[in-house]
Amino acid sequence: MHRRMLLAGAALLALPPARAGATKPEVAAAIQALTGGAKLRQGRIKLDIPLLVENGNAVAMTVSVPDAVSEAERIRSIHVFAEGNPNPNVINAFFGPRSGRPGLSTRIRLATSQTVIAVAACADGTFWTDSIELLVTLAACIDEI
Amino acid sequence: MARPLINAPKSVRRGEVFDIRILIAHPMESGQRRDDVGKPIPREIINRFVCTYGGEEVFRAEFFPAIAANPFLTFSVSAVESGVIVMTWTDDLGASQFESIEITVT
Amino acid sequence: MRAAALLALLLFAGPAVAQPRSGYWDAGPQVRAMQDDDTANPGFLWVEQGRAAWQAPPPGGKACAGCHGDIAAMRGVAARYPAADPASGAPVDLAGRINLCRAVNQSAPKLAREGAEMLALAAAIGVESRGLPQRIATDGPMASVIARGEALFRTRMGQLNLSCAQCHEARAGARLGGAVIPEGHANAYPEYRLEWQTIGSLARRIRACLTGVRAEPFAADAPEMLELEAWLALRGAGLPMETPGVRP
Repeated sequence: MHRRMLLAGAALLALPPARAGATKPEVAAAIQALTGGAKLRQGRIKLDIPLLVENGNAVAMTVSVPDAVSEAERIRSIHVFAEGNPNPNVINAFFGPRSGRPGLSTRIRLATSQTVIAVAACADGTFWTDSIELLVTLAACIDEI
Repeated sequence: MARPLINAPKSVRRGEVFDIRILIAHPMESGQRRDDVGKPIPREIINRFVCTYGGEEVFRAEFFPAIAANPFLTFSVSAVESGVIVMTWTDDLGASQFESIEITVT
Repeated sequence: MRAAALLALLLFAGPAVAQPRSGYWDAGPQVRAMQDDDTANPGFLWVEQGRAAWQAPPPGGKACAGCHGDIAAMRGVAARYPAADPASGAPVDLAGRINLCRAVNQSAPKLAREGAEMLALAAAIGVESRGLPQRIATDGPMASVIARGEALFRTRMGQLNLSCAQCHEARAGARLGGAVIPEGHANAYPEYRLEWQTIGSLARRIRACLTGVRAEPFAADAPEMLELEAWLALRGAGLPMETPGVRP
C-alpha cells in the first residue's frame, strides 16, 4: 500500500491548463470523426456536472434534452469527452425509438480540473454541444492502493 | 459478487416515459493504476451496456475507463406495451451478465 | 477584563465535541445527495448482498435468520457496538460479534474483516439502525476499554508526531488543503468512500489515518483498534446512525 498524506502547502487544487478556447487536438479529432466536419451548434442538449468537484473518482453527470424536439430532430446519440483525462472518451450512448427522453445520468472519473464536452447527434443530421469547465479539488489525506 | 440494484416502476400508463436506474457492482479497473510494487494493474471494465424492451433495443452505451467504479446509470424508456426489459452488460474479458424486469403497461 | 472573560470561556468551555457533528455535514452537496438516495448510494450493493447472506446458511451450519429471524430484528444493534460479549466479558465490535456468532452458533469459519461478505453483513445489519442515535454501554468492562481508547486518541503517534485529537478535535472544521477536517465519527460505517471506490470499515479508515501520520497501524484484531473504536462511538454518542454512509 502506498499511502500518502499531502500536508497543507502541497498543491491541493489542480488548476486547469491555460486555455485559449481551443479544444484539445485528440478530442477535436474524435468530434471531427463523429460529425464528419458538420457544424457543432450550442443548444438542444444540456450538460449538468458540478463546477467544483470534491473527489474526481465519482462525479455525477447528466446529459439531458430540455426542450421537446420533433421526430425528425430526434437525438440519436450522445457522446461525452473529458479533455483532461488520460483517455478523453467517457461514454457513447445510443437511443432507440422506444427511448422516451434521450439523455442519461451516470458517475464519471475526472483526473484533474478540465473541460467536459457533450455532443449529440440528431436524426436531421445536425450536431449539438454543451460543455462545462470545472475544478477538481484533491483530498488531503488519501489512502490509495 | 453483489447483484445489481435496479429501480423502475412495475406498472406504467401507455405512452408514459419512465426512468430506469441501475447500479452494478464492478471495480471498473481503469488500467491507469499501479499495484504496491509499481506494476500496472490491467484494465478491466464493463465496456458495453444494452437495454432491450420487448426485444427491441432502446438504449445502448459504450463505457470507457472514465465511468466510475460500481457504475450507476439512469436512462428513460417510453411505455409501449407490457413486456420484458432486459439489460445486458459485457466486460473486457468478454463475460456478459444480464438482468430482466417485467413492466405492465395499462 | 474582556481578555479575562475570554480566557475563562476557553478554560471552562468543556469538551470540544459536546455537540458531535457528523462528517456528513462536512461532505459536499453531491456526496450528501449520493448518501441520501438509496437507489444511488453504492453502499446498498453491499446491503443487498448482506441481506442475502443473512438468509443463506453456511455449509453445515445455520443461517443468521435461523436464530434471529428477519433482519429487521437487528434494529438498534449496530448503534450499541462495540459492546462486551455477555459470555466472556470481552469487548467486541459488530464484525467481532458476527465472527463470534459464526464460531459459536453457525459452525462457520471466521470472515475476513475487510472482506466483501463481512462488510456486506455489517452494512445490512447497520442499515437497520439508520436514524437511531449511536449509544454504547459505558459500564462494566466497557468503562476501561473506552478510557484506554480516549488515552490512545490523545497520544501523539508516528513520525509526524500527531494525535487523533490534534486533527479531529482541535482542528475539526478547519481545512487541510482543499478538504474540511471532519470530527472523525464512527456513525456511518461500513461506509462507501469515493477515495476507496468501495465500501470499507472504520478499522480501515483508522489504519489510513495511522499510516498518514507515519505510524505503524494496529493489526485488525489488536485491542487498541477496538479501544479506539469504542472511544469514537462514545464521543459521537447521540449521532444518528448513517450506515451505509458516503464520504469523499
